[in-house]
Amino acid sequence: MSRPTVPPEPGAPLEGRGVPVERGISEHQLEMLIGRLLQVGVLLAGAVVLAGGLALLVHHGGSAANFSVFNGEPSTLSTLSGVISGAWHLHPAQVVQFGLILLIATPVARVAFTLVAFWVQRDRFYVGVTALVLVLLLYGLLWGRG
Amino acid sequence: MTVLTLALLVAGGSFCAGLLGALTGLGGGIIVVPMLTLLFHVDLRYAIGASLVSVIATSSGAAAAYVREGYTNVRIGIFLEVATTIGALIGAALAGLIPTGALSVLFGVVLLYTAYRSGKRHDDHPVEGPPDPWSVRLRLASTYPTPNGLVAYDVVRVPAGFAIMFLAGCLSALLGIGSGVVKVLAMDQTMRLPFKVSTTTSNFMIGVTAAASAGVYLHRGYIDPTLAFPVMIGVLCGALLGARILGGARVLWLRRIFTVVIVVLAFEMLYKGARGLL
Repeated sequence: MSRPTVPPEPGAPLEGRGVPVERGISEHQLEMLIGRLLQVGVLLAGAVVLAGGLALLVHHGGSAANFSVFNGEPSTLSTLSGVISGAWHLHPAQVVQFGLILLIATPVARVAFTLVAFWVQRDRFYVGVTALVLVLLLYGLLWGRG
Repeated sequence: MTVLTLALLVAGGSFCAGLLGALTGLGGGIIVVPMLTLLFHVDLRYAIGASLVSVIATSSGAAAAYVREGYTNVRIGIFLEVATTIGALIGAALAGLIPTGALSVLFGVVLLYTAYRSGKRHDDHPVEGPPDPWSVRLRLASTYPTPNGLVAYDVVRVPAGFAIMFLAGCLSALLGIGSGVVKVLAMDQTMRLPFKVSTTTSNFMIGVTAAASAGVYLHRGYIDPTLAFPVMIGVLCGALLGARILGGARVLWLRRIFTVVIVVLAFEMLYKGARGLL
């Protein structure tokens, strides 16, 4: 942390209007940390997608591309278990999908961190609100078939 | 066309979309779907899947820069995300039932609205009078940094903003866009947040909203690795470069050109959608 001491939040007189009470690490510092983690998550996901994508082009670059008819992806590319087992064996297409899942998980992780932040501030109402958003996101990522 | 040729062309086009989106502040996601469907004849569903992925990448990639500025109102963001994520899950469920022609027409309408909004000036309208009861109960008021120090702000019409956010979530899922323009409408125009706060909070929300529907689309087989790979890498590189070139200021003439591009794409989407060509 570049700022070891927590500066008094200039909004402190507004406390009664909803500006949070600081406990230890300031809200802004926490947000900065979360923003950094998000960036790292995106760059990591990008690196995995790039590696898988380049391998995909080396193996299948010469085959014909046709996306004008929608067939839907097979379960090896559209289920978490299919993607993870394929990526484990370094199949290029599944490595790309795994990177994309990492990418989708990045904002989910941000919401999880926000939940922790509200928990630390003992803001019960917003812990509840954030938990609801997290449940909706996990539903979409883990079970959502629409 | 071989997979290699398509990947190179799509990566190049996505790079331009990401760069223009970052430089104009309109977001690149809005032209990825028209580019894929109109130029490369990709089925709308594959295009939406690939575009959503790029929306998450740009939103999360830009988050650190936005947070540093200290504008994001996390309470407002997370509260409104209840509306956008429910909207996104419902939108993703509806997407399979709506014919692609109708989706294409809807896309054209949203593009036209984006072009219309991009020509408008953004003035802040500070809230006057007694605070909104919802804002008090949910503790949404906060402060934001200005050249003259921290300025306090309050919000109004919280239920209306919440309803518009639900719509923004639906549109994001149905069309594979960030729908930042609708999110800003809810926060800037309806809830009267300062413009800087509404754009940064909107960016915070865009990635979360897109993640909700992207998960559903992954399970439904809309996300193809061969297509999503060049789109994601292209848009991300373009957006990162755009953010590096420009430290906040927006180039006016570039914005005008981009607006013209959006209008042309809008009519193309309306026409092809109405004729059932997509």
